[in-house]
Amino acid sequence: MFRNQYDTDVTTWSPTGRLFQVEYAMEAVKQGSAAIGLRSRSHVVLACVNKAQSELSSHQKKIFKVDDHIGVAIAGLTADGRVLSRYMRSEAINHSFTYESPLPVGRLVVHLADKAQVCTQRSWKRPYGVGLLVGGLDESGAHLYYNCPSGNYFEYQAFAIGSRSQAAKTYLERRFESFGDASREDLIKDAILAVRETLQGETLKSSLCTVSVLGVGEPFHFLDQETIQKVIDTFEKVAEDEEGEAGEGDAEAAAAPAEQGGGGAGDQDVAPMEM
Amino acid sequence: LVQFTIPIDNGDALKNAEADSQRTLYPYVTGTSIVAIKYKDGVLMASDMGGSYGSTLRYKNIERVKAIGKHSLLGASGEISDFQEILRYLDELVLNDNMWDDGNSLGPKEVHNYLTRVMYNRRNKFNPLWNTLVLGGVKNGESYLGMVSMIGVSFEDNHVATGFGNHLARPILRDEWRADLSFEDGVKLLEKCMRVLLYRDRSAINKLQIAKITEEGVTVSQPYSLKTFWEFQAFHNPTAGAQGSW
Repeated sequence: MFRNQYDTDVTTWSPTGRLFQVEYAMEAVKQGSAAIGLRSRSHVVLACVNKAQSELSSHQKKIFKVDDHIGVAIAGLTADGRVLSRYMRSEAINHSFTYESPLPVGRLVVHLADKAQVCTQRSWKRPYGVGLLVGGLDESGAHLYYNCPSGNYFEYQAFAIGSRSQAAKTYLERRFESFGDASREDLIKDAILAVRETLQGETLKSSLCTVSVLGVGEPFHFLDQETIQKVIDTFEKVAEDEEGEAGEGDAEAAAAPAEQGGGGAGDQDVAPMEM
Repeated sequence: LVQFTIPIDNGDALKNAEADSQRTLYPYVTGTSIVAIKYKDGVLMASDMGGSYGSTLRYKNIERVKAIGKHSLLGASGEISDFQEILRYLDELVLNDNMWDDGNSLGPKEVHNYLTRVMYNRRNKFNPLWNTLVLGGVKNGESYLGMVSMIGVSFEDNHVATGFGNHLARPILRDEWRADLSFEDGVKLLEKCMRVLLYRDRSAINKLQIAKITEEGVTVSQPYSLKTFWEFQAFHNPTAGAQGSW
């Protein structure tokens, strides 16, 4: 009821102790296309959905390499995301130059969060309208963090942000306990499957997603379309075969952890994978 | 004696207090050589405890090797006050690192590179910290030993020496250093170098400390003296080979 009176600038509290401008900024994150991150003890995978404005245009870049050992996936105002990525790259390289050692991702995330907080406490600024999934390594292994426009940050085993991320989160919630010790390949497969969840029925193609990997002994890099398609083929193909036989999405204990599910569009009733 | 002077034109001395200041750099109280080696369990570093004031051996209780954080040891030769300044910089660095409290910590490589940046940047401003620094340490089982000079020259090696040590200790180390030196053998090797320096370096004093750093941590020995021998025949009659007042 009173929302509109107290939401004009970020330095005004509401009577219930909220900063509406900050909350509106978090809304902007929810409008962006989905980004997903998951980690094992030694690797982090970041994946996102490539949604182009129209058929004529290309899709926006949403995953950025910050350093060999840190990558970031964004959702929300990509322009804000680009600026923050540039800041992160700058911090990482300055640290590298001074100490000849990679910047621990946990420290970068705190710098980032402090930078976001400043924008929530200046009347002449606005909060960044972008959520960041930061994946990286430090002395204690692989980490995944989520940075909010509010200046908060959280560490996750797996997380998804952006539109329809709830579907991906539901999938990840079922699977996350196995991520810690998962192999690199399984982690990548789970990431792509999580992306598929956000597509809600649309056929999963490698052109629709971008996947990046980093880990101990493996610098940050993007997976090429061929590799992604191969992973998709391992579960989509089984889906096709089983549909041919049984006609119903039935999760059998197949040799490869194959994903069974409504491959066709609009099949809302089939519960996503039983692994 | 090298005098390092750069005149700066700062305008009118009546209006500007710094107008006729010059950056003259000249070391006043100096420490002599540091010798350090990697050995089986980590790094050993030796230095004497002297602080010379020109040709006077003025201070005899200066610790020129200090522990830095959990994993490093810093030894310095050259201007003692600049060494103390560097210790203050590192104190702040280690403090901030500890305040993160996040399981990450500065290792010897990081400290060495930080010091290289500091030394080189000061050199570029023609205002050097007049030291040669030796940085040794152990982290995650790996030993590290490096050096930075006052002009920012920086490198790593299995054994290093500063000042006169460059000329007198290095040849010994090149011949006798091995990767698998035990602690006792390492100390013996360092003492051999320090004894030569004691005989031949005018600014050396017979009061030394040997510091050890391993995965477990740092230990700095109590000061002690080396046995010396002065009863060579030539010393009994030093002018035997050149009689006369010339």
